[in-house]
Amino acid sequence: MVDSRRLREVALVPEEYRVIVEKLRRAPNSVELGMLGVLWSEHCSYKSSKALLRRLPSSGSAVLQGPGENAGAVEIGQGWAAVFKIESHNHPSAIEPYQGAATGVGGIIRDVIAMGARPIALLDSLRFGPLPASRHHFDGVVAGIGGYGNCIGIPTVGGEVYFDDCYAQNPLVNAMCVGLVRVDRLMRARAEGTGNSLVLVGADTGRDGIHGASFASVELDESSAERRPAVQVGNPFMEKCLLEACMDLAHTDAVVAVQDLGAAGLTSSVAECAGRVPGAGARIDVSLVPRRERGMTPYDVMLSESQERMLVVVQRGREAEVERIFKTWDLTSAVIGDVTDDGHLTVFDRTEVVARLPIDLLTDGAPLRRLAAMSPEPPPSLHLDSLAPLVDAGQSLIRLLASPNLCSRRPIFRRYDHMVGDSTVVAPGGDAALLRIKGTRLGLALTTDCNARYCHLDPNLGAQHAVAEAARNIVATGARPLAVTDCLNLANPDRPEVYWELEETIAGLAHACRALEVPIVSGNVSLYNDSSGLSAIHPTPVVGMVGVIDDYASRLEAGLKNEGDFVLLVGSTHNDLGGSEYLKVEHGTVAGRPPALDLAGEAAVNRLILAAAKNRLLRSAHDCSDGGMLVALAECCLLGGLGVRCPALRPEAPLRLDAAFFGESPGRFIVSAPSRAMPELQTLARRHHVEISLLGMAGGETLEFEGQLRLSLAEMRQAWESGLLI
Amino acid sequence: MKFGVVVFPGTWSDRDCGWVIDQVLGAQLQYLWHKDADLKGCDCVILPGGFAYGDYLRTGAIARFAPVMEAIGEFADRGGLVWGICNGFQILCEAGLLPGALIRNSSLEFRCEWTHLMVERTDLAFTSACVEREVIRVPISHGEGSYFAEPAVLSRLEQSGQVVFRYCDADGRVVPSANPNGSLHNIAGIVNKRGNVLGMMPHPERCAEPELGGDDGLKLFRSVAGTALRLLVS
Repeated sequence: MVDSRRLREVALVPEEYRVIVEKLRRAPNSVELGMLGVLWSEHCSYKSSKALLRRLPSSGSAVLQGPGENAGAVEIGQGWAAVFKIESHNHPSAIEPYQGAATGVGGIIRDVIAMGARPIALLDSLRFGPLPASRHHFDGVVAGIGGYGNCIGIPTVGGEVYFDDCYAQNPLVNAMCVGLVRVDRLMRARAEGTGNSLVLVGADTGRDGIHGASFASVELDESSAERRPAVQVGNPFMEKCLLEACMDLAHTDAVVAVQDLGAAGLTSSVAECAGRVPGAGARIDVSLVPRRERGMTPYDVMLSESQERMLVVVQRGREAEVERIFKTWDLTSAVIGDVTDDGHLTVFDRTEVVARLPIDLLTDGAPLRRLAAMSPEPPPSLHLDSLAPLVDAGQSLIRLLASPNLCSRRPIFRRYDHMVGDSTVVAPGGDAALLRIKGTRLGLALTTDCNARYCHLDPNLGAQHAVAEAARNIVATGARPLAVTDCLNLANPDRPEVYWELEETIAGLAHACRALEVPIVSGNVSLYNDSSGLSAIHPTPVVGMVGVIDDYASRLEAGLKNEGDFVLLVGSTHNDLGGSEYLKVEHGTVAGRPPALDLAGEAAVNRLILAAAKNRLLRSAHDCSDGGMLVALAECCLLGGLGVRCPALRPEAPLRLDAAFFGESPGRFIVSAPSRAMPELQTLARRHHVEISLLGMAGGETLEFEGQLRLSLAEMRQAWESGLLI
Repeated sequence: MKFGVVVFPGTWSDRDCGWVIDQVLGAQLQYLWHKDADLKGCDCVILPGGFAYGDYLRTGAIARFAPVMEAIGEFADRGGLVWGICNGFQILCEAGLLPGALIRNSSLEFRCEWTHLMVERTDLAFTSACVEREVIRVPISHGEGSYFAEPAVLSRLEQSGQVVFRYCDADGRVVPSANPNGSLHNIAGIVNKRGNVLGMMPHPERCAEPELGGDDGLKLFRSVAGTALRLLVS
């Protein structure tokens, strides 16, 4: 029996070791144990979440590739496929914010490249502790994302950032990449064809990142800083060359498959690639792997997480064609082995066999963990009757606009190149970003969303909100939601209340994705986001969504466009103050339940907006979410550089004035329309059974509700643009 | 009119420049590989934006030694049109084809945003379609775009009217608040004495169509295309 210290090093438990010995009918050697350790880590094996993840809907008429590949893919029209995936890089970013974030971006780009697609956009969903205490994390992560994305020349077009105490020790960095490929050129990373060659290309292999995947699968503690060598260093220039070379591979039909090397390095990429073909195996010789340093053992080579490497399966005898392409880009490539039909991964060091493991034991052998779930104490309830009424709506609005969770994100996105590619037709700053597909009229809308405060108060409902809000963001550009990639960030699932959160989160996601007909085609789970048992994060299921618009000329943006346009609120308002930003900022409390969500109603409002956009009835549209109607309206003013004049808001009982202004009822948009469009708009609203009410008229330099508030754009802008400068 | 667009490893505006030349302008496009010393009969060579060779060491410091750069130097000496955009401007300075250097932005941060530029020369092949003192709107995207030159060099540039573009506000006022990166004299672009080598930090290839937020950049591409036409006629 292996000693327990050695098991801990490879992050395996005795029960797992017992299964390994039973399946192998022998004890694994040290290399094999290391390989199994990384592939059976939570990060790679999903052993705690796999059973639950099967509940997520992943099929639909547009789906070309669901979960199981390097990324998901949907058909968007005219022969084009959008390929996309989101992935976490939380643990590395907590330890080394710049490189952690940078390599997170690099990793997700390679996933998209492996599908044969050219990456066209990046988005990043970030969570930090409050500023200024968490500035170290914040600055490093933002710089790292920019450092990688700007250098490689892929625009960073969207994302989100929120601040909460629960992320102070455990910041979240989720990176999403979207690529484009012709439907008939979509690739799968399947090691087909016995005898075909395995070619490793890109960076030389070093000792960096050994056991990164295992490190990501445990809680952070005092020793985490010592794990800094488990964080890799990114080289975006190398990846740019790798990207272009992989695009050039399309010129030859000698390539069978391309697989990224990410977590668990060579071990995982070879095993996964072979694992997708029943009965396939692989033989590799570590002595053929180009190395960065001397004295590396087979163990080091198999477990290294050196960045910017790809595995290419090439038809036997045609290796030179592929090598020529890589050489053009000054990339080193080497044939390191071949595909077999023995169902095993056999690792040689020259002539000596140093490891031999069944592929299915590596990829699918980890015993699923059945964990106990227990719902925690319900959060404090909210008694509206005892909530002090609104005093000064204008001053509340100023404070909300300056809140770090609501203020302008311009100080962040202006540090990201969001224009390279000549495709960004709706830039960051509004709801979703919109990219045109060159050579067509199609536009691709992209967003990420998650209100983790809602998820904290009710993980199931909160997850539904994340899907619904992402869909609203897509719809606000005039695009129809197509599909989802999700990144589930939670704390340690060994704690029953966290496992309960995971169950509830997945149930909520599944329910909302079914109701809004947006399948989940790819995703990632990041657990153990807590520190030494303390300060667990809120469940944060980040939803990345893509949508499509048939003609991007009919796209909508959030900012008001024309003086004299009618400004309208679409959707119904209720006393939805539970979990609101208003409650947190103005009353200093997080309480109640998130707003009730009527998914059929959501779908109806979305259909109305899309119909109105298609008929060119609207001049602008903006999703109403955090901060409620008044914050959304202020954003419409600030983004458009135009004021609004409204009569006093007099909600009918039982609707409260604070809820009317700042409540976060879902299913609502602020739109503007020319007066001549009004009759048709009202007819459409009736047909879709959606409430639509006139707020006021666009114009001037102030936002005014007669007798209730009057703020100049300059005053609001100052508050809005200062929120992150603390 | 045949445009050449140079591709170094790490270049990324090559495809955007190519798109504008080929699809928007409808001119002839030829990509030029960095290892290739043949300019293939191009009338105007563009050094596009990106991070050539990763911009490791210093922006443009390695790119200047590429085989294609020698050919470009000779081409410029013969009066050929050379147009460096963003990283291309940095490379031209490193190669000594333009004076001065581009250093880290004064904010110490990368900046991607729209700027206004005052066009101070309209007698050049690159700007002939602009009107005198026209204000154009063109985005920047760089971390090291702060133009620097020794005082003597700077005054020589000013005296001989080699400053082509200056950051200004929407009304054409050249003020510090309109300077996005700390460039001396708000300089966004300069030309050599002969007027055939232009370097600019802003990206005209990103604003050649209204759906991208503006099309002022197309004026510069049109200027170059028009120059060739005029040469042909004369």
